[in-house]
Amino acid sequence: MWGSVVQYLCRKTASRRWRGIALSSGLYLLLLLAVPTLLAAQTAETEKPVPMLTGNAGTFSFVTGGQNLIDTQVNPVLLLPLGDRWLVESRAEFEGQFQRPPDGGPYGGPVNKHVDYAQVDYIASPYVTITAGRFLTPFGIFNERLYPVWIRFLQPDPLILPINTAPSDGAMLRGGFPVNDKANMNYAVYVSATSIGIGSVDSERHVGGRMGFFFPGPRLEVGGSWQRTLQDDRKNAFGFHMEWQPTKLPLTLRSEFARSFEGSGYWVEGAYRLSQAHFWQKAMRRTELVGRAQQFFVGELGPDGGAALGLPSANTREADFGINYFLRDGLKAVASYGRQFSPAGNFNQWTYGMAYRFLIPLGRTGAQ
Amino acid sequence: MKMSRNRGLRTATAVLFGSLMLAAYVFAGASAKKNDTAKDVISSPVVHASDADRMRIEGEQRFRANCGRCHAAPQKFPPRMMATVLRHMRVRATITDQDMRLVLFYMTQ
Repeated sequence: MWGSVVQYLCRKTASRRWRGIALSSGLYLLLLLAVPTLLAAQTAETEKPVPMLTGNAGTFSFVTGGQNLIDTQVNPVLLLPLGDRWLVESRAEFEGQFQRPPDGGPYGGPVNKHVDYAQVDYIASPYVTITAGRFLTPFGIFNERLYPVWIRFLQPDPLILPINTAPSDGAMLRGGFPVNDKANMNYAVYVSATSIGIGSVDSERHVGGRMGFFFPGPRLEVGGSWQRTLQDDRKNAFGFHMEWQPTKLPLTLRSEFARSFEGSGYWVEGAYRLSQAHFWQKAMRRTELVGRAQQFFVGELGPDGGAALGLPSANTREADFGINYFLRDGLKAVASYGRQFSPAGNFNQWTYGMAYRFLIPLGRTGAQ
Repeated sequence: MKMSRNRGLRTATAVLFGSLMLAAYVFAGASAKKNDTAKDVISSPVVHASDADRMRIEGEQRFRANCGRCHAAPQKFPPRMMATVLRHMRVRATITDQDMRLVLFYMTQ
């Protein structure tokens, strides 16, 4: 292939001088691109990462204000490692949302499908990974880390999730490294053209980043996010996040705060694994009690603009409680109850369903 | 005409030589980095029993601190699958290079 490229360049260049330059440039590119492959060949066969199809699937019933919505989704993730330093990864979402028509009849509704991310990662050094393509916007932690249905504590999305979390098309530098024995730092900086609005028919140019410090001793992470729009009124958005797992309790606490032109708000959630219970231990250690409190405030964009992004159209408070039961690795049953309070109306939301995570190797895996 | 051709050849030769030097430098740098890494006990193919125990304990701690923050502990998978998962998580969760290696060691023992 590279030979053809060089020949093409040779035909296109008028003088012998340029032909020489083109030839040597082609050779240079060939050598440069061959280096990772040569290095990859040095990796032991048993340690070589194998391409994989992973992801999650789930089916849930959301009974909101007495109206039942059956949400069934599959989120396949393709992982294609190349050599020692490259990774091509992509996640798609296929989601069907089915409801009974108001006048009765069978369940029906749309099936949405879209690509959440399709990115190429190059691990340039222990400190820097270069990412290009469509990626999840690193604003806060829920969007990047906690979104999959098998990971999240509660299935309803946090109210502030639509704030600055639409997928970004562009380039990003990210990484994590130890600052000293007691703290690690992680960061992500990016420039992007982000699709906005329902249907993603419009886009905005952004620059932004996220930085966090993780303290392994107390298992505490704190960090902040920032995003600036590079057009129109050049608005800024800020976010803060926190995650804490006390070492002596099977408890996880997480929180996010966001402030932007579209709106502001926060959520705080916790999960307590009943592994310390002294009765029915086999069942209790698979059981997790979860809860979330959250609040949203309409921003300068106004209620209609916010609603177009998927945000509540009025100032809103919500509390949710739930229980998760881990049937086996990657399979859990979930149930929760929540109540939302807003000037637009108060209502209950019941949720129940199943979430499953799958991993399928697309090649020989070697002995375990 | 001949002079112009000679100049062209000289330029091409210079560019080619420079390119080869640059490629050799990149290759040598990468190999040296690999050799440095090989010195690290984490990636050494021969691991003494005491080192292995220490790394397993350390790997488990790093696993609980990094991976357990977001999700429940998964079962252990074959080494090549774990290598892919850890590379994905290194990017996704911005875990450090050392944490990734120790967790990989722990999860493949």
